[in-house]
Amino acid sequence: MSEEVEGTRTLDEQQEMEDKVISPEKAEEAKLKARYPNLAPKHGGSDFLRKRLQKGQKYFDSGDYNMAKAKMKNKQLPSAPTEKTEITGDHIPTPQDLPQRKTSIVASKLAG
Amino acid sequence: ERICTHLQPPTSLQQVSDIISTVEFNHTGKLLATGDKGGRVVIFQQEIENKNQPQFRSEYNVYSTFQSHEPEFDYLKSLEIEEKINKIRWLPQKNAAQFLLSTNDKTIKLWKISERDKRPEGYNLKEEDGCYKDPNTITSLRVPVLIPMDLMVEASPRRVFANAHTYHINSISVNSDNETYLSADDLRINLWHLEITDRSFNIVDIKPANMEELTEVITAAEFHPHQCNTFVYSSSKGTIRLCDMRASALCDKHSKLFEEPEDPSNRSFFSEIISSISDVKFSHNGRYMMTRDYLSVKIWDLNMENRPVETYQVHEYLRSKLCSLYENDCIFDKFECCWNGNDSVVMTGSYNNFFRMFDRGQRRDVTLEASRENSKPMQVLKPRKVCAGGKRKKDEISVDSLDFNKKILHTAWHPQDNIIAVATTNNLYIFQDKVN
Repeated sequence: MSEEVEGTRTLDEQQEMEDKVISPEKAEEAKLKARYPNLAPKHGGSDFLRKRLQKGQKYFDSGDYNMAKAKMKNKQLPSAPTEKTEITGDHIPTPQDLPQRKTSIVASKLAG
Repeated sequence: ERICTHLQPPTSLQQVSDIISTVEFNHTGKLLATGDKGGRVVIFQQEIENKNQPQFRSEYNVYSTFQSHEPEFDYLKSLEIEEKINKIRWLPQKNAAQFLLSTNDKTIKLWKISERDKRPEGYNLKEEDGCYKDPNTITSLRVPVLIPMDLMVEASPRRVFANAHTYHINSISVNSDNETYLSADDLRINLWHLEITDRSFNIVDIKPANMEELTEVITAAEFHPHQCNTFVYSSSKGTIRLCDMRASALCDKHSKLFEEPEDPSNRSFFSEIISSISDVKFSHNGRYMMTRDYLSVKIWDLNMENRPVETYQVHEYLRSKLCSLYENDCIFDKFECCWNGNDSVVMTGSYNNFFRMFDRGQRRDVTLEASRENSKPMQVLKPRKVCAGGKRKKDEISVDSLDFNKKILHTAWHPQDNIIAVATTNNLYIFQDKVN
């Protein structure tokens, strides 16, 4: 492998880097604001937290539910999906999708 | 106690079929439990070769596997409840069986793991295959005997602690009294008795009357290892509150508030996010606690609230990458941290399958990598170095070539020995210190 190193910098780049070192966070903040000018000035507000608290919220639509059920009738019972995708009519869980609670499982023997 | 830089390549490398979400040794270190995104718990048991020799090598092999949690859908709240195991905590062993608590976002379960190595034989009314005999053919009475059988490990759910959390559970912690435990979600902490599933006491509630005023959430909580009345909880704003349950039934008012003052001129958009504490752990001796925020690990003396006594930079070079890390959500990754058995070394994970160890006494730190390619047999793990900028030396890795999808969020340290468990996305590495 060659010993040539990447990242040798010109004097200008060096100065820029030094400025960043003085306040790397502020430089990153400026970058973010440049990319997203409409971003809220302060992160951590209640909007963000409330979104976090609502993780997993899926809205039940009886029309979607019934359509999904109708589709199920024509197919074999599917095994529980391994990946959760965005909610569409196809993915509203139906009672068949949710596995029954299993009784206690007798596990494998100790490796001999 | 030297920092274990002489870690050998994994004595065990276990591939878990789903993303590992928690790793925990039991109190003796003989058992190691992992939980995964699919709601499964896999327990490994230590097998020691050459037990009588100082240079013992231990392997951890699969001991028990069971489905702890299933996905659920709360129709009333339109909420999908993931089966991912957020935390596992072992109970201290009281009898032949082992007990652990495992939790997903909403429900905590107490599991009993027991061994069966005998079975009864010689029933009067049943054949060996289980079919019932014709009673008319039975002419004599005999006493069934227990005969040896191949060891079988059974896991059974003994308690289900449900319906006590509106928000997502992030922590569980068993009290030193061995009777109670706490569970914490984003806004509340509840106290349970291990025997009682239909009642739970709320001991912390930070939900504001008006949700528009919400400014911080609970990120982790833990009981003190010896003082059964004391627990701490950390917040998304970088504070830790220590509470004393003797002071009042509802511990909304803290006994101590640990917070490091911040220079307001340094404040940026990212300041609060990177100050959010992702893990809090008491030291084994109960005198200190460690917190992990996005870029550092801090050690706090419980007697000093205004600043940590030690701060260790995990990956300071990421400070100039915060914009990208915010865009790809990595800035919200929740890294855990752990102490070694005698509290002299602390460990935490990073990106690129790197993990870091800080020797508090010797003031040394090391970066190691958990990967198959870099683990050669008969060779100790080679320390890694990240080049933050400027001239990159040979063998250094530049920040831009770090793989941010390879994150080590969960690590655990054996309670007594220098054996560590490091979880990459779906591999569990167990490293052991080489004894010279």
